Formats: sequence, structure tokens, C-alpha cells
Amino acid sequence: MNFLSPLALLVALVAVWWFTVVASGTIIFPTPWDVVLGTLELARLGSLWDHIASSLFRVGAGYLLAAAVAIPLGLLMGWFEGVFATLNPLIQILRPISPIAWIPLAILWFGVGNVSPIFLIFLASVFPIIVETAAGVHSIERQYIRAAQNFGVSGLALFRQVVIPASLPHIITGMRISLGVAWLVVVAAEMIALRSGLGYLIIDSRNAGNRYDLVVAGMVIIGLTGLLLDILMRQLEKLKGVRWRYAR
Amino acid sequence: MHAKIVVSDVRKSYTTDKGPLTVLAGIDFSVSEGEFVALVGPSGCGKTTLLNNIAGFERPDHGEIIVSGSPVTGPSRQGITISQLGSVFPWLTVQQNLMFALKGMPKNDTKRIAQHYINLVGLKGFEQSFPYQISGGMLKRVELARALAVRSEILYMDEPFAALDALTRVRLRSELLQILFHERHTCLLVTHDVDEALHLADRIFVLGPRPTKVESIVEVVMPHPRRLQSAEMLELKENILQKLGVDTETDDGNLLVGADNHNRLQSADRPRAPQFRSTNSKTD
Repeated sequence: MNFLSPLALLVALVAVWWFTVVASGTIIFPTPWDVVLGTLELARLGSLWDHIASSLFRVGAGYLLAAAVAIPLGLLMGWFEGVFATLNPLIQILRPISPIAWIPLAILWFGVGNVSPIFLIFLASVFPIIVETAAGVHSIERQYIRAAQNFGVSGLALFRQVVIPASLPHIITGMRISLGVAWLVVVAAEMIALRSGLGYLIIDSRNAGNRYDLVVAGMVIIGLTGLLLDILMRQLEKLKGVRWRYAR
Repeated sequence: MHAKIVVSDVRKSYTTDKGPLTVLAGIDFSVSEGEFVALVGPSGCGKTTLLNNIAGFERPDHGEIIVSGSPVTGPSRQGITISQLGSVFPWLTVQQNLMFALKGMPKNDTKRIAQHYINLVGLKGFEQSFPYQISGGMLKRVELARALAVRSEILYMDEPFAALDALTRVRLRSELLQILFHERHTCLLVTHDVDEALHLADRIFVLGPRPTKVESIVEVVMPHPRRLQSAEMLELKENILQKLGVDTETDDGNLLVGADNHNRLQSADRPRAPQFRSTNSKTD
């Protein structure tokens, strides 16, 4: 893999940022070095890890809940024409509503504890998994189903031994997409009303004395954590039982 | 020999946007136990539909299909279908694919049987390979091994080798004959390749255009290994092509060779399959 060119781009961007801040003489916008110092300060105080852990916990809870609901539902929608015809219109209506739009209702229903962001994460991650899982079942080539029937495999065994493994690559893709969306949303959800999390860190840093070094530090940490989560999810695509769909 | 497959007055139509489309217009034939029958016909005539009906994946609108003495009600292990598309499960290894077919038996037995048939088709050493790691020809061997492993009595083959390159195709045909010499399955082969039919089949059923019927039946009494370039074979081939409506006279004779150039390959790479069913042999 080529690390050099993306690294060079990053270095160039940081240099431009640094130069611009110094040249403009701004006292409010931080230099890259200020951001590093701010991050170290948060790490030393220990609150950095608390914020990251809170955000990860909320994403983990909402996301796993979504997967637990969406995978079975997607499989059923993919397999049974009637289930698909019944549920798909509703899902297509709910799907384009940004989870951010649900924030007022979430606060009304669940207050400002952990439940609201978990609910929003759930909403954000449930639809991509449903849609991809159902698409995975729809894309199973008929010859595999026929071969299974030919060998006397039907009913639940057919579902477990053919339908699920055949759609697994799609399910994993759906889970990877939705984890990205979930991470996007947790930060937004935390900006509204909570006392911990990376989103809270950003808003709180601005409100409590224009600490823009910490605002940018929060943004960088969000980006890096998201990257890390995506790298972890990509490892799933390397599993032997699903590689047939991705790799050639 | 008694009849393994009996097809009587089978008809099948589909409803389309443009109204009903009749595909099978009363098919009648029977296939003896251990016999190799090839179905040839113009493309789109309904060969595959016919095979799907006999294999139990579709039901005829009219008529009856009897396999091994009882009416067909659905697909079963009695007859395994091998199609051009290939149905080796890509998420399972070669060995797991065979074990899948053998579910329900004690695990030690399935391992032993799977290994036997993996060896038989020459895939020893590839047991743990995934389908995407092996070639198209090897995949066909896996599919064949899987069909043999369940002790199916009949092989339904729908253009099984069509997606392969010419050399692999000819090799697999010869290997199939060798395996059948020992296993003696009843075979029903759908193909558009007259050479393939002449190479493999005891009888060739020529189907007409849609709605299709069996137009004529050609017996191939040559013993194996067959020489497709022999005068008798070329004559049979011309005969069949004419029945299919391919005019061999208007061209300069090259068309005789068919869509692809197997003939030259065939004579260079002559199969050395053991002779079988030599009871109805003539001199080569």
C-alpha cells in the first residue's frame, strides 16, 4: 500500500493551516501545535478517555441493537415477497429522515440521558443494514437454491446453510456503512444535551471560553476514531467465508 | 434394460406480457437405465425447460414424467442437475461442498466418501481450497464429484461445459466418459454443441423450434473412444445439423465444424476412455 502520497497531502494541509493562522495573526483560531497541546492536556486530565469511551459505548449499544433487529428483518424481507411488499414502503419513508430530525422527539420520549443518543444511533444504523441484507438475499443466484433443494436441503436448514452465508457479504457491507453513519450521528446527538462524549466536548469547549484548540482536537479525534472503526470493519471482509464476493 | 425416465405428452406454457407462450408442445420419449441421451435443438427452443421439468424444478401443465417408476414431484438426490452456471457454493471449501451434499450421514462416512470422489475427479490436494481459488474446469469437477457422492442415479446436465475453454471442455468430456464407465449413471444432456452430443451420447434427440417437440432420434452406435473426424461421425453430424436447419450446402464446408473448432482439437487430443457398452459396437 502507498502511504507516502496521503501522508504528503496531510503534511501539506497542516503546513497551510499553520502558515495561514500565523500570517493572519488571529488570536482565536489555534495552530496545529495548539491542538496537540490541547489534546495532551485533555489526555492528562483523563477526560479525553471518558469522552471517547462514552461515545463508543453509545454507538456500540445503538449499533448492536440495530444489527440485532435489522439482520433478521432484512433476511425475512429478502426471502418472503409479502414481508418485503408490506415493510419496504414504510422503510423507504423513514429512511431519508435524518436522525438529527428525531432529536426533539428523542428528548421528549427519553429525556437527556444515554437512551436518547442510543435511540438516534439505532435509527441511523438500522436502515442501511436492513436494505443491504434484503438486497443480499435478493441477489442470491437461483442455481444455489436449486442445488440445495436438489440435495434435499429445505426449510430452516436452507435458510441457515445457504441463504445466510450467501448474503453474508452484503450484510457485512451494510454493517460497515451503518457503523460509519452511527459514528456520524453520535457526535451530533451529543452536541445537544449530555455531559459526556466527543460531541459534548466540542460544544462545551466552545461555550466555556472559546477553547477552539479543544474544538479542533475533538474533531481530529472523531475523525481518527472513525477511521479506526472502518479499518476494524474491513477486517470482516477478509474472512474466508465471505471473500468470494469481494476479492477475485 | 427397463426405462429409467418416461416422458409422456408433456406440455408447458408460460404467461408473458404478450399472452401465453407455449414452450413444450407434447414431448414423448423414454430413456433406459444407464443410457446417455443428448437433447439438441435450436437455442431458445425449450431444452432447458424440458430438463427442469424432468429434474423436478418445474411442473408440466399437462402430461406425466415418471422417473424410476414413480411420478416426479420435485427435485431429489435421485437425479442431480449440473448446469452451465455452476452451483458449487462459493462460501464453502471443495470438501465442505461435498459434505454439504452428504448431510444426514455419520460424519466419518461423509469425510471418507467426499475424499473418495475428490480423488476420483483428480482434485486431491485441493480439498481445503475455496471455489474462487480454483479454475473453471476444476469447479466443474467439484460439481461432478458432488453429484456422484450422493450416489445419484441420474445426471441432468444443462450445457455443463459451455462456459469453459475448448481444450478443457474436451478433456472434461473424456473424463466424464471414464467416470461413467465405472459409475454407470443414466445421463440426460442438454447441449447446442453437436460435437459434444456425438462424443458422449448413445442417442441424440433432435428438438424442433419453439413450441418444441422431439423431431427425430439419432442413434450413435460407435464405441468409445470415438473419433469425431471419422466419415461416419461427420455424416451423422451433417445429418443432425440439417435437421436443426443449418444449411451445410451453401457454405464452403467450414460451417460443418460448427460454432467452434473442436474437431481439430478432438483428433489431436483423442480421448483414451475405456470402451464401454461395446454390445452395440460397430467398427470405428
